Amino acid sequence: MSQHFPILQVVVPLLAAPLCIFVRNGRAAWGLAVLASWVSLGIALALLGQVGTGGVISYAIGDWLPPIGIEYRVDIVNAWVLVIVAGIGALVSPYALVSVEREIEARRIPLFYSAYLLCLCGLLGIAITGDVFNVFVFLEISSLSAYALIALGKDRRALTSAFRYLVMGSVGATFIVIGIGLLYSMTGSLNMADLAQLLPGVWESRTVRVAYGFLAVGFCLKLALFPLHLWLPNAYTYAPSPVTAFMASTATKVAVYMLLRFFLTVFGWHFSFEQMELDRVLLPLALVAIVSMSLVAIFQVNVKRLLAYSSVAQIGYMVLGLSFATVTGLTATLLHLFNHALMKGALFMAMGCVMYRVGSVRIGAMAGLGRRMPVTMAAFVVGGLSLVGVPLTVGFVSKWYLILGALERGWWPVAVLILLTSLMALVYVWRVVEVAYFREYQGEGEAREAPWMLLWPTWALVALNLYFGIDAGRTAGIARQAAEVLMAGIGP
Amino acid sequence: MTTELILSLVLPVVGAALILLLRRNPNAREAASLVTAGALFAVVLRIYGAVSDGALPEVVLAEPIPGISIALEAEPLGVLFALIASFLWIVTTAYSIGYMRGHHEKNQTRFYLFFAFAISSVMGVAFAGNLFTLFVFYEVLSLTTFPLVTHAGTEKAKRAGRVYLGVLFSTSIVFQLLAIIWVYAMTGTLDFEPGGILRGVMPVPAGVVPVLLALFVFGIGKAAVMPFHRWLPAAMVAPTPVSALLHAVAVVKAGVFAVLKITVYVFGIDFLSELGASTWLMWIAAATIILGSLVAFTKDNLKARLAYSTVSQLSYVVLGAMLANSWGVIGSGMHIAMHAFGKITLFFCAGAIMVAAHRSEVSQLGGLGRKMPVTFAAFFIGTLSIVGLPPTGGSWSKWFLGLGSLEAGQVGLMAVLMVSSLLSLAYLLEIPLKGFFGKDAEIADHHGDSAGHEGHGGHEDPDGHEDHYRAPRWSLAAIVTTAAACLALFVYPEPFYRLMVMVVGQ
Repeated sequence: MSQHFPILQVVVPLLAAPLCIFVRNGRAAWGLAVLASWVSLGIALALLGQVGTGGVISYAIGDWLPPIGIEYRVDIVNAWVLVIVAGIGALVSPYALVSVEREIEARRIPLFYSAYLLCLCGLLGIAITGDVFNVFVFLEISSLSAYALIALGKDRRALTSAFRYLVMGSVGATFIVIGIGLLYSMTGSLNMADLAQLLPGVWESRTVRVAYGFLAVGFCLKLALFPLHLWLPNAYTYAPSPVTAFMASTATKVAVYMLLRFFLTVFGWHFSFEQMELDRVLLPLALVAIVSMSLVAIFQVNVKRLLAYSSVAQIGYMVLGLSFATVTGLTATLLHLFNHALMKGALFMAMGCVMYRVGSVRIGAMAGLGRRMPVTMAAFVVGGLSLVGVPLTVGFVSKWYLILGALERGWWPVAVLILLTSLMALVYVWRVVEVAYFREYQGEGEAREAPWMLLWPTWALVALNLYFGIDAGRTAGIARQAAEVLMAGIGP
Repeated sequence: MTTELILSLVLPVVGAALILLLRRNPNAREAASLVTAGALFAVVLRIYGAVSDGALPEVVLAEPIPGISIALEAEPLGVLFALIASFLWIVTTAYSIGYMRGHHEKNQTRFYLFFAFAISSVMGVAFAGNLFTLFVFYEVLSLTTFPLVTHAGTEKAKRAGRVYLGVLFSTSIVFQLLAIIWVYAMTGTLDFEPGGILRGVMPVPAGVVPVLLALFVFGIGKAAVMPFHRWLPAAMVAPTPVSALLHAVAVVKAGVFAVLKITVYVFGIDFLSELGASTWLMWIAAATIILGSLVAFTKDNLKARLAYSTVSQLSYVVLGAMLANSWGVIGSGMHIAMHAFGKITLFFCAGAIMVAAHRSEVSQLGGLGRKMPVTFAAFFIGTLSIVGLPPTGGSWSKWFLGLGSLEAGQVGLMAVLMVSSLLSLAYLLEIPLKGFFGKDAEIADHHGDSAGHEGHGGHEDPDGHEDHYRAPRWSLAAIVTTAAACLALFVYPEPFYRLMVMVVGQ
């Protein structure tokens, strides 16, 4: 059984998805989705346990041996990403029940869970596969279902934002498949490990470099690196609350993982940083993303949009860590993948609670909620502090490694910039907090505390924010180990 | 001893829980505050006993990032700070009971609650075993005092709260945190060690040490070194007991204490004086001393005047640390103690005047001393201690700071100390002089007067004039205690002096 975990990781949500349509009942579909999500999490944790000691699991699908057949290859890097995706899925799926009943028409609810499971399957698939074309396939599965999920939003603007995401996302996916095709034309292989062996022989060819360029643009579109982030704010703002919480914590993280996997494992550190000088492109873009998007976030009046812009800035931090091209920097990136999923998940879930009771997430609508919905707003405060990077929250741990990485390279202006943008985060979080706690409630809605079915997943994430902030030994250890694996590569 | 260390953090939190439980019964609630304060002082006394016998108890609470722990350690300097803060908490609690009731403040439970939290974080600052722990409790202290600053809930209080958190957070995050991570990147440790931890990294890149030191001095915004002092006058909108304990003692002293501790245990005074890395910061501190005094002159509002006086006096401590020699450090530590007792007396008096006579401006104090003799006499004693005149404790810290500047060969700084003493004498002595010998500035209507000041909606005393000029009994007791302590410390500065000798002797 346990030797089939790699394929089960993908198959469980994949099979549960059509079942959701057959059962035609919202609650039953929800039950299936929760079950599949928790089974996925169990499998992901088991895989992490298996590779945690430094091993690699290679799983040949249908016993077709790699490099001919499709290989699922799990090392500590994928296992880590799998745990992030499955973990968020396991908390978002129970959260969805109440939230979705309020935000989506009843007859579409089974379809929602079906799309959610497909998206989960796609994201897990991208993370687990060791085959570059398979990456593209799963990327399309996750993207198409994501477009559908976003379009389910109650606000009609959800449709235009989903369409925009569709256009931009398809451009990105096309670039990626072009890149993969070019690599195949040069090497005749689609297996990552195999490519890593073959590519050094053709490094000098222009085709490989063009492929590299296509891939870089494609990935940056998917992970919403400034200035290719334009699809993200609207998509996150108008999507149903659980979708936002899920996508914000997983989709861009998996895109970052793709980038790391291709550029560090397939092409190798040496090619990426010494020949292509990837850092020269990524560093300025990351810095601009961090500063400009934090600034834009300060002036938003819709809290979900505010958090969306903050996400673009936070993605900047992840890319920044990569651009240091050191183990510490990469540790910061991998750690922030996890930590940012925790904090943004908690924040978007808290906003989902507000949406549920108040029906709006504009800053003005938050007035007085500090007293009306104390548990929800307390979750928002803790999540916000984590976003700012206050000590004893996970945000601080990420910032710590990031700044340490910058100082190691001697780039102290970058360190100062990171700290300054933390202050900007403080400003935009504080704006919400001040309205919530210092203004009187004005709406006429019910505005009681959110139901506990929404609160417990939210607080579970908040608690993880604190737990891994107070004891980051394990997460930092895994991130460092994963960073070392990525830096070492598997090429010759 | 480690139990006592943990207890010093936990006790105030337990007190806070009691306060919350007893919120329906104000007498029991205040009793809980007093008992907790007393118990905390007893615990700190036990730690003092152990440390003065040469022990250095320490305990690790958690390890958030591998190699970076939250650890408590009692060393002489921290014990000195903890002693002062925990003792003055008792006195301030007594004072608050009189003040908060006399002033009919709202939300008193919240007030006592966050006061207790603030004290807990002060203990964390005092006993921080490494830079990271210090930073954590420093930030917690900013957060827990925020509700106290905005207590009145008025627009003005909110604005002040924004300045307060804005300055304290931005300096600490941008400068202090950067410096901390930088130290870690260079040395691989954040522990406080006698002689400093930077000496180990040789060769230190040229010019790094002065920059690093400046990042710490300015990054610790609570030390209120200009130009990052604006938060302190802003924080004066808080109720007077807060201004007294937190913004004359606990919070600001946490700032200068941190500067001193980092100078001694991270840089090491020998290391600093060899490099001469702190010279220019001495002059920044000196400038703050003089400018703070000059601004104090222009303030008619009593609390604002005291606030700028605090800005000026805090830089004495910073100056002592930057002198980077034994006398300077001893003077610095002594000044933390002496200024605490002096300034808290002054604030207590200001609060008593506000409660009893509804006056907050210096120009309104004429003749008031004849009606409130005890309060004004205490103010006079406090003034002497701040200026540094015998027979008060303040004379000792000035003495050692003077010695320190001479040893450092900085005669100019000696002159600065003299001038500033004269300045503070002038702007503080005006108050008791006016009170005792000034013409009666009987203000016919308090209505217009008392209403606006400092956001305290002045409550007309319905009892008429009989009760009018009497400070609440509890408050008066507190005032007499701290004033007496100022005098006693002249005769018996021994405990503080011994602790400081231990600090430099190591």
